[in-house]
Parts: sequence; structure tokens; C-alpha cells
Amino acid sequence: MLTFPQGFAGEADIKVKGGLIQKIGRGLRAESYEVLDASGCIVAPGLVEMHAHLREPGMEYKEDVGSGSRAAACGGYSAVFCMPNTDPPIDNSSVAEYVFDRGEDEGLCMVLPHGAVTQGRQGKALAPMGEMGTCRAHVKGFSDDGSPVADSEIMRRAMEYARTFDALIISHSEEPSLSADGQMNEGYYSTFLGLRGIPPESERIGVFRDICLAEKTGAHLHLAHLSTAGSVELVRDAKKRGLPVTCEVATHHFSLDDSSLMGYDTNLKMNPPLRSKADVAALLEALSDGTIDVIATDHAPHAPHEKETEFDRAEFGCVGLETALGLVITKLVGEGVLSMEDAISKMTVAPARLMKMERWGYLPAVEEGLPANLVVFDPEEEWTVDPAAFKSRSRNTPYAGWSLRGRVKHTIFRGALVVKDGELTAGRDAVLSQVKTRGGNGQKQSQANR
Amino acid sequence: MPGASGHKHLLSISELDCEEIYKLLDSARSFAEVSNRPVKKVPALRGRTIVNLFLEPSTRTRMSFEVAAKRLSADVMNFATSDSSLSKGESLKDTGKTIVAMGVDAVVIRCKSAGAPHLLTEWVDCSVINAGDGMHEHPTQALLDLFTMRERLGGLEGLNVAIVGDIDHSRVARSNIHALGKVGANVMLVAPRSLLPERVEEMGARVTGSLDEALNWCDVLYLLRIQMERVNQSRFPSLREYTLQYGLTQTRWNRLKRKPLVMHPGPMNRGVEIASGVADEVESVITGQVSAGVAVRMAVLYDVLGGSRG
Repeated sequence: MLTFPQGFAGEADIKVKGGLIQKIGRGLRAESYEVLDASGCIVAPGLVEMHAHLREPGMEYKEDVGSGSRAAACGGYSAVFCMPNTDPPIDNSSVAEYVFDRGEDEGLCMVLPHGAVTQGRQGKALAPMGEMGTCRAHVKGFSDDGSPVADSEIMRRAMEYARTFDALIISHSEEPSLSADGQMNEGYYSTFLGLRGIPPESERIGVFRDICLAEKTGAHLHLAHLSTAGSVELVRDAKKRGLPVTCEVATHHFSLDDSSLMGYDTNLKMNPPLRSKADVAALLEALSDGTIDVIATDHAPHAPHEKETEFDRAEFGCVGLETALGLVITKLVGEGVLSMEDAISKMTVAPARLMKMERWGYLPAVEEGLPANLVVFDPEEEWTVDPAAFKSRSRNTPYAGWSLRGRVKHTIFRGALVVKDGELTAGRDAVLSQVKTRGGNGQKQSQANR
Repeated sequence: MPGASGHKHLLSISELDCEEIYKLLDSARSFAEVSNRPVKKVPALRGRTIVNLFLEPSTRTRMSFEVAAKRLSADVMNFATSDSSLSKGESLKDTGKTIVAMGVDAVVIRCKSAGAPHLLTEWVDCSVINAGDGMHEHPTQALLDLFTMRERLGGLEGLNVAIVGDIDHSRVARSNIHALGKVGANVMLVAPRSLLPERVEEMGARVTGSLDEALNWCDVLYLLRIQMERVNQSRFPSLREYTLQYGLTQTRWNRLKRKPLVMHPGPMNRGVEIASGVADEVESVITGQVSAGVAVRMAVLYDVLGGSRG
């Protein structure tokens, strides 16, 4: 058993009691606890998703906080930040608290809403960031994700205002006039397929503008789901200059490229779009050299009828919570782009730090005395992606039938075993509040005591 | 190309090889003869049902498919958007399934969405023929163009074909680039950069901004209809400017010592991409393309429906 990223990497037993990691050490006695065999597995802090669409309120036919939480727990997540493009949008404290409370009710992971930058996500008038920040949901990330703030003056003032409250502007950076009606990355494949292209420059220009404004205002800018070589180069440069800029990549942007669209599979329709092989190579390099801080999923559930339609009528996005860890281990760790430690860090410590999760008393570490939010995964186990098995309400994945390495075995949230052997536990009421994980070389123990 | 359902489809030129293209052209040549008979009908597809699912305005392609199907003795139904359930919000998938449930052997689809014919093959249990999908392809148009070039000029290999106009929005151009490349012809695209799609050269075509350069090079001058609705989309300044730069004007035409074969997929905008006098002079070729269209579509329908299951 390995635990990290707190410097400890080796085999140990972990005793969980009263919601906390009570003790880490070798040869802990089982006493009356349930023992989970974690031999050969890695125990890491529960994953933190920085960019998901949970669709509640308003589009519960795609996903709601319950189904999204179940998908997250099965994907190894202990916290999910969700985007405000709901109906009504999360642009005030009432909706923010509603979503937060729904997450608490489900009790499978923290559900932490990002707020809208502007009222109604209309890009015109600032949303009440101060009030959202002090409400129960403690909103500190603000984004008009999907409808980028086009007006540079509004964006400037939003950054200034956010800075006042020590909040983060999360930008889906895009110059909308260049990507109007776009369906996929502009390049050889869009020409071949006759689909309207979204040039990489539309993202790059958006990123450049937002970095300029972050430099001017001193606000913390977090760039969502970067997809192009030009964008990460701008971030690399901004970081060199010490600007308060961070960024994320979505799992589909490093695992797929635009050549896969031959055949018009609408599950491959994303915004930002899947880019060229050269862009993917640049993203991998930016992951490797630390330019990209966070790995997110941009989990975007859609109903079948919204994808089983003409390509130009299909919705953008794919679900990601239940494939993220497997993709990261297969494509990044397996191919030598990132060490396991760095990969996990970009899915735990890095987003937690950016979102200042200590506000909620959330600390992503495997350490004695800390709340037990843990994922236990087998880094070697191969499995085949079967959308029918997803806990998400939606099935729009481009990875159906893919063979991935690295599988979530157990997820422990606030000391409760919420996922055991890859399945949700029978019901929250029956969940054990005291769990001891135990591992060892070839030691097979699976006795379950209450 | 046989699809997952076991039915044969024609979705794009890009998926055909040179041999398949020639097979269709040869077959079209024998079907062309049917149209010259007093009784223009053969029983090749008797008892088969074909639906023209035209979700975008079209006159000549729909009529051409209809005539082709009737000359093969197939039963034809026409389906247009304006009076259909699609206008009531039904999805293409459900519309397709509903139509095919009536016992249809082939759907000929025209649609403004690129890739819709591909997707339809996953949804319906019958043959699908692409009659033009968005900016993607218009395979039967390219086949009838090749048929015309072959009949008029004797062969296709080594031909120099210049395609002039709004390449970016043109499914006709894309299908012709593929088709001409596969049979060994040379393609030059003639347009301002703002009407050319990204990296189109990688599809195997040369690119020039000069019509005069192309005129000195080509054996076939293929003029695309300039779509008036593009004028205000910042793609080019005005029709006047377009005609000056890329129109086959009387002056340009008269100056040419060696006249190329002039072709046009129709409908023509006289006075824009082609001067009226030139259009009259080359009319027989352009109407010949229309006649070829019927023969080629007979060949395609027969290949898709008759050839495989008879």
C-alpha cells in the first residue's frame, strides 16, 4: 500500500475511526473493524474534480446531484466542483446553497458549486460574488463556463471584483466571433468532413486576453480545459513572469485527437473541440513540465436524444467522472508523461489548493488525524469501459469499449465506505462509519466484521 | 460500401476506390441508353421502394433521383421537410425509423448537416444514399461530373481540372477533389483564400488565387455557383468583385486560344460566375451533365439495391 502525496510511500495499514484517519502504521490490529484488502493497491486522498456539470437544478434528465455524486464516488472522487450553467443558473446564494445542500444530503462526496461571473451568465452585470462567497456553499470559484464573458470590460471588472473577495475567476477562454457555429477543431479533418471549424486561435486569443487582464488586475485566473499548444505556451510564459495564472486540462483533450471524428461520432463533439495530434503532444508536455496544474474531466452529461442526432445539432461534451482515473493512469502514467505521484497530485492536492478547500476543513492528504476522504485503486487492473455500468444518468462517453488500466476499488468519504469493490455500498444508512484499510504483500484478507 | 446492417450504401466518394468508381461509370454508360429509348423503363428494381428524404430545398437532384428510380421501375416516395414530422420537432433518427418501418429498401437523403447520411446508417435498416450532406460530400454529383468528362474528353487520367468558386462551402468540390484524385486527374482550386477551407491542399489539390493561371492550365473548367447569401459573411466583398476576379467573363473566354470544357453543377448565376454569352455557348455540356445525372443515379441505385440482393 502506498500513500501519498504527503511524502510517505510504502506499505501500511490505515485505521479509520469516527470519520478520521486514526492511525497509519504496520501491523495494526483488526479489532472489530471491517478490513479492506488493499494489497497491490494505492491509497490516495479522494480525488477532487474541479470542473463538472451536475445539471441540477433544471436539467435533471441529464444528471442531478444524486446521480452525479454516485458517478463521482465510483470514479474515486471525494469532492466535485460543479459549474453554474444550470437553470436557474448558480448566480446567487440561494441556488448555490441549494446545490451545496443537495450534495450534503446525498453524502457521497462534497458537491461544491462554482458561481456565475455575471447575472444569468449573460455577460453583462456582475453576479453577487461576495454574498455567494459567504453563504453556506462558500463559493470562491466563478465562471460563466460555456458562455465566455465576451466583453473585455466586464471581464476586467469581474477580475477586480473577484480579487476583492480573494476569489478565483475560472475562464472558458474563447473569442466567440472566431468559433461561431463551429462543430470541431478547424484543420484537415474539419475540411474533410465538411464541418464548420473552431480554430485553435479562438482559444488562444481568449487565453491571451484573460492573461492580460489577470496581469492588470492581479486577480487569480484559472483557465479551464485548455486544448491547444498556443494556449499552454501562453500559460507557460505567464507563469515564468510570476502571474497569478493556473490552468487545467480535461481528460478527453489529452487522450483523443480530431482524427477520431472521422465517422461523425457525436460523443466526440466537445467544446473546446478535440484538437490535432500536435496540440495533444503540447498538452502532454505541459502536463509533464508542470505548466498544467490540474487534471479535470469537464464531465458534461447529455441525454441520448441530444447526442443521437445530426452532428451539428448534437450537444457538446462527454461524461468523465467514471473514466478519469483510468485515462490518467493509462495515458499519462502508463506512457511516462507523469509519475503516479504527480498525476494524483493534479487530481487532488493541486485543485484543493487552488480552491482553498481548507475553507471547508477539507485537506487532501493521507495523514493521521485528518478526515478520511480516500480512494483505494488498483493501478494495474485492466478493465473495459462499459457505459451501461455508469452510475451517471448519462452515457455520452467516447470511451465505450476502451481498455483502461487503473481501477477504483473503494472510496471512503468522511470515514464512510461509499464504494466497495467498485460498487456503491447498499445504502448510505448501512455504510460503516469505521473502516480500516489494510494491505500487504500478497496478504489476502477480506474478513468483514462489524 | 456495405454497412454494419449488411446493406450497401453510397455515403461518400472518399470511401470508394478507383475500380469502384469506374464500375459505376461503366454501369451508367449502359443505363444512359435506357433514357434514349421510346419506352424509358427497365424492370431492374421492380418491387423495390425508394424514399427521397430531402430535408433541404433541391429540385434537380431530387427530380434526377426520382426519374432514375422510376426508369428502374422502383416505387418512389418523396419526403420534404416543410410538410413532414421533422417540422414538428421529430428527430431524424425517429423520422428515418418511421419511414423505413413502411418497408423501404433505400433512403436517398439530402440534408444540411454534414454526416447525417453516415449517422442514418446506424439508425435504419436499409440502404442509404447521400444526395448531398452539408459541406461534406455530394457523391452522385461527382460521379456524373466524371461521367461527363469521360464521355466528352475520352478519359480521366492526367486531366487538368480547375474548380472555381466557394470551395469552403461546397460539397460538390469536396466530392470532385476525392473522385478526380482517385482516377488520376489533377485538381486545381481557384478561389480567394477566404473561400478555401483549411489545409485543403492535403486532400490532394493545388490552390491558386488566379483564374487566369488556371485557364492557361486546365482541360476542364468547373465553375461553382456562388451562393449569394455568402456575400455578407465577410468571405468576399461583392458580386462585382467576385465576377471581376473569378467570373468566366466574355473577355476571358474570348482571349482563350484553347477552350477548356466548361462545366457547372447548376443552378447557374448568369452574369456572376459565368457570362451569359459563354453560358449559351457551353450550354450543351451543362445540360449534358443533367442527363448524365439520371444515368449515374440509375447506376448507383442499381449498385446499391440490385447488384447485391437482386
